[in-house]
Amino acid sequence: MHGPESSSSETALLAALRCGDEDAFSALVDAYGAAMYRVALTFVRSSAVADEVVQEAWLGALRGLDRFEGRSALKTWLLRIVANIARTHAVREARALPFSSLELAREAGSEHEPALPVDRFQGPDGQYPCRWVSFPTPWSAEPDTALLSAETRKLIADTIAGLADGQRIVITLRDVEGWDSAEVCSVLKISETNQRVLLHRARSKVRAVLEPYLTSESP
Amino acid sequence: MNNEFKCQEMIEVVTNYLDDALPPDEQQRFESHLSYCAGCDTYVDQMRETIRQTGLVPREESLPPALRERIVAQFRAWKRS
Repeated sequence: MHGPESSSSETALLAALRCGDEDAFSALVDAYGAAMYRVALTFVRSSAVADEVVQEAWLGALRGLDRFEGRSALKTWLLRIVANIARTHAVREARALPFSSLELAREAGSEHEPALPVDRFQGPDGQYPCRWVSFPTPWSAEPDTALLSAETRKLIADTIAGLADGQRIVITLRDVEGWDSAEVCSVLKISETNQRVLLHRARSKVRAVLEPYLTSESP
Repeated sequence: MNNEFKCQEMIEVVTNYLDDALPPDEQQRFESHLSYCAGCDTYVDQMRETIRQTGLVPREESLPPALRERIVAQFRAWKRS
């Protein structure tokens, strides 16, 4: 998701939309609706609530059309609206400020979890302290020894679903949805550092889950 | 030589590295370590593969039709208001 500014075709679409052109609106819904729905699901998890969030977001976008100045891409603007509304709904689902920037910062600042158990590395008395006890085994490229791709992705999806909120949202937006770091920070209102801490923990966990399945060599 | 990353540090810094977020001297030390450490080189490859596979996780590519209808209906109502 890139594009710092609205393109001229977007400008034309927006102009048509401001005149109430339904085809222009349909085009927009088809272009961005699915992404908006996926973002909503990342925050609220229930598809019924995600439906509400997406509907509200489109209404909010229509009402806010006049205020959209094209300084960001239209897609960015729409996804920010979704994220903001999703956060409001998540609060209403009776969890205390789960996705406030304060909460995410708190999650990022919580005690450091190592990317791998410390016993993977030699201790201070080892021959080479802090080096691998044994090197990780390269993952197999052979389909018959590694998990089938679809199974791998299911494993990843399940792992992500089980992560703490901040980690789940950041890895979904960055690695599943392909947003860049600046966009994630802008929408979640967290610092690059905090965002990267959450991403690091999430990715380390996903990699660790995959490791026993994708390592070709039997022990 | 004391400046070099140890393997246990490498695995903690990999996310910054892959985001091009390491200061130049640290990036150099990171890459220098990779050049002589097969274990960490493998680890970084695995991290790249993890990211690649995560990007291929299946996801909804279109709105549920009922939802899409409600969104369009909402547009028509907005237009009339």
